[in-house]
Amino acid sequence: MYMLSVSCYYHDSSAALLKDGVIVAAAEEERFTRKKHDTSFPINAAKYCLESQNITINEIDYMGFYEKPLLKFERMLSQHLQMFPFSLKTFLSSMPSWINEKLRVLRAIRKKLKYKGDVLFIEHHLAHAASTFLVSPFEKAAILTVDGVGEWTTTTYGLGEGNKINLMKEIKFPHSLGLLYSTITAYLGFSVNNSEYKVMGLAPYGDMNRKTNSYYKKLRRVIDIKEDGSYRFDLSYFKFHYADRMPSKKMCVLLGGPIVKRDSEMTMKHKNIAASLQLVTEEILFKILHHLHKVTNCDNLVMAGGVALNSVANGKILRNTPFKKIWIQPNASDGGTSIGTTSYIYNSVLGHKRNYALKDAYLGPSFSTKEIKTFLVKNKIKYSEFKSESDMIKKVAKLIYDNHVVGWFMKGMEWGPRALGARSILANPCNPKAKELLNSKVKHREKFRPFAPVVCDDDALTYFDCDNPVPEPTDFMLMVYPVWKKWHKVIPSVTHVDGSGRLQTIRRHQNKAYYDLIKEFGKLSGTPILINTSFNIRGEPIVCTPFDAYKCMMGTGIDCIVMDKFMIWRKDNPQDIWDSEQYAKD
Amino acid sequence: MAKNKSLLGELWDFLRVRKAWWLTPIIIILVLVGVLIIFGQSSAVSPFIYALV
Repeated sequence: MYMLSVSCYYHDSSAALLKDGVIVAAAEEERFTRKKHDTSFPINAAKYCLESQNITINEIDYMGFYEKPLLKFERMLSQHLQMFPFSLKTFLSSMPSWINEKLRVLRAIRKKLKYKGDVLFIEHHLAHAASTFLVSPFEKAAILTVDGVGEWTTTTYGLGEGNKINLMKEIKFPHSLGLLYSTITAYLGFSVNNSEYKVMGLAPYGDMNRKTNSYYKKLRRVIDIKEDGSYRFDLSYFKFHYADRMPSKKMCVLLGGPIVKRDSEMTMKHKNIAASLQLVTEEILFKILHHLHKVTNCDNLVMAGGVALNSVANGKILRNTPFKKIWIQPNASDGGTSIGTTSYIYNSVLGHKRNYALKDAYLGPSFSTKEIKTFLVKNKIKYSEFKSESDMIKKVAKLIYDNHVVGWFMKGMEWGPRALGARSILANPCNPKAKELLNSKVKHREKFRPFAPVVCDDDALTYFDCDNPVPEPTDFMLMVYPVWKKWHKVIPSVTHVDGSGRLQTIRRHQNKAYYDLIKEFGKLSGTPILINTSFNIRGEPIVCTPFDAYKCMMGTGIDCIVMDKFMIWRKDNPQDIWDSEQYAKD
Repeated sequence: MAKNKSLLGELWDFLRVRKAWWLTPIIIILVLVGVLIIFGQSSAVSPFIYALV
């Protein structure tokens, strides 16, 4: 039995395919269209899902959509009516997309995919809950979903047991922790629905003490937090419920100045604002989680929604709440709801027992040795071939040790926003100048942003002050932990200003070559850790195909790409073919 | 499992089940304005619509 689900029209469109209870393919549309956070109907992602199993749309038994459009439409009309006439402008600008596509999802599915069967519409937060619980390793778990907004809901919690999900409580729009995070992100001059993680990375530069950070006290005036973690905003500080701009003038007065201009230098004040936001976020999350543990009496926790990508807060959960185990799916934000929708239909609606747990994120397109060779030959790209996998690992480890920047293209593309060893750029973390090197050669990131380390699961506790046993979400780079102090100077490029690292752990069965490469690098450097950053340039989605990878290398300062068993050097190939730098933007 | 209905059918069920009758006038106005825009762009009635404005 095959089921295909899609999510689209807001941000991060995606498609996922399930076969007899197992997620066999999933990908985000942006990787195919090369438009970051693409919202369009995921026609390419859906086609990939079907082609990966050599099936046609006629073999799909059910299709799912991750939201109930009419419920969302009701909320949208309600919020605009409440705020009329201030909302008139945004109402008029949003109407065409509602009438043309958002209310006509069924028509789009029928027309674009030529699908004739039934389509099931699952509520947004239920799709989030299913996306994490039904593919988790837990038979029973407390569930928390927190994001900007779905139809009406912004936060919900409940209990998952077997193939059933019971969402007990919800907080409704406009009171939204996700939208608070986005409002401050906008205030600090970053782009909404894209750069929230930058604000999270900025926070440790500020004062992370509630007692001394004056902005924390100010932000607490904006939001009333109850003991059970439920919260309510003073809406006079916000405009997102009726205008394009997110913070109101009152919020600007509270934070002591107008909205920060894009690409401005971050001052101590901005860093303290970011820190206060992180403090408030953690306070709300931990209060909800304490309450959730009390009402569910369950030690396992699963989370989803955009706020579940806050890896700094995630890393503190097991130490600050009664939960003993945690699981978060790699694509926790809206893009991940397509696997939730498809699993919910199969397990909860049709009542099939769960027979699958998501163990790695390599659900996207993969390319065979033959396909890659054909691409290289056809495009007259100069390459060499490794004699064997061990030959490749030894040579690549040495290159990284000698401070080369290496593109690593293996296996199926990752599901979710993080590169996890399939479409990664790898570098030497022991090199104190690696951050500058990567920024100058490839990433062009803001100076304050750290790079992430990858470590084999059996070495994680040696270098990082992780929970023991190391929680599985670290496999998906979803938890930040302190680096043990004695290693700070050994791996400076992946140690953030507060001594933490957003580590990825890798288990050998997930990606053997990647695991072995890290171990081999450890033999050379004495430190089995690599810098792992996403294989893209700023403003572009992570690469998907060999063409994307080659184009990215040729337009940047990446020294070489290891693609399956092939090695391609930038210096060996003409450099005037592509200049991807021209597309570099936020 | 219920079969998918047309948008109007879904809308009718939605209003009925959620008792969201307050939405009816807004939806009717939206539909009328939508029709007006579509016809106004490319039909024989366009001169009359423009004359009204």
